[in-house]
Amino acid sequence: MKLQKATRYGLYAVLELAANPDEQLSAADIAAAYGISGNHLAKVLRDLGRAGLVDSARGAGGGYRFSGNARRVTLLDVISLFEDISSDTGSGDGADTEIGRALDLVLGEIDDIARATFGSITIETLLKTMRWRQEREARAAAPDLASPG
Amino acid sequence: MTDDTTLLANDNATRHATGDGEADVLVRRATANDLPLVIELDGDNTGLHKPDYWGETFHETERHPGQHFLIAESASSDHEFLGFIVGEVRAWEFGSRPCGWILTIGVVHERRVAGVGSALFDAICERFAADGVKTVRTMLARHDQLNMSFFRSQGMMAGSFIELEKPID
Repeated sequence: MKLQKATRYGLYAVLELAANPDEQLSAADIAAAYGISGNHLAKVLRDLGRAGLVDSARGAGGGYRFSGNARRVTLLDVISLFEDISSDTGSGDGADTEIGRALDLVLGEIDDIARATFGSITIETLLKTMRWRQEREARAAAPDLASPG
Repeated sequence: MTDDTTLLANDNATRHATGDGEADVLVRRATANDLPLVIELDGDNTGLHKPDYWGETFHETERHPGQHFLIAESASSDHEFLGFIVGEVRAWEFGSRPCGWILTIGVVHERRVAGVGSALFDAICERFAADGVKTVRTMLARHDQLNMSFFRSQGMMAGSFIELEKPID
């Protein structure tokens, strides 16, 4: 599945800020960390601010901070700010044919699974899963340290 | 797994620290005395009253060592009923290596988002691990956001199997 650039930037920003709740990060800090356009990210951050997911402080030491509830906000909540991933079935050339309808059933199934997946993963869950994976990889890289004997 | 998990002498009961200032949770094997509360909680959660099913499930888990019917209760002196989880080790169905299946979980509504579900999940995973399996699995309705979010928060992700079905004409 391919998300639009703004959606991906929005997810980067929300996750980066939520992972560092005690820090205020500038658009330039986040853009540098992900190698993305600072100007484009600044626009995305304004959209996130309007949605109440980040707030910003101006001046020296200012920057953005995650202001949502990481246990409640899902990936779908962020994605929906930037693009519509609901099924676009039943429209377009050929959609009103037997084959068009059969094809839409399959495409609708895929969209349904995508929405259920994004809607069930909170910001906190994604960050927790990332930390678990890092710990597991660290244990696998240093098996001697993990064993007591 | 919960870091602060203590094995107690009483029938492999385990104490789980829930964090966030919540009281600890004790997880132990179910007894027949727990069934009325399990039936009531399941009825509240599903809208279906199934005493025969739960009686049969309890007796099956009593008979088979790879099956687990666990109860969460408050570790304080009142031992308040908080929830339950049921699971079992299954092997080779659908071409799967032996793994632990979580069949159902229920937490008393007023005690949700307080670490009870995590304590139950940790406890059944410990028992599955003791049974020798390395994977835990469950199946959910696609639109069951509550339980899907819970299991994902425990680190579960889509596995290598996919469920297919069709109405039989």
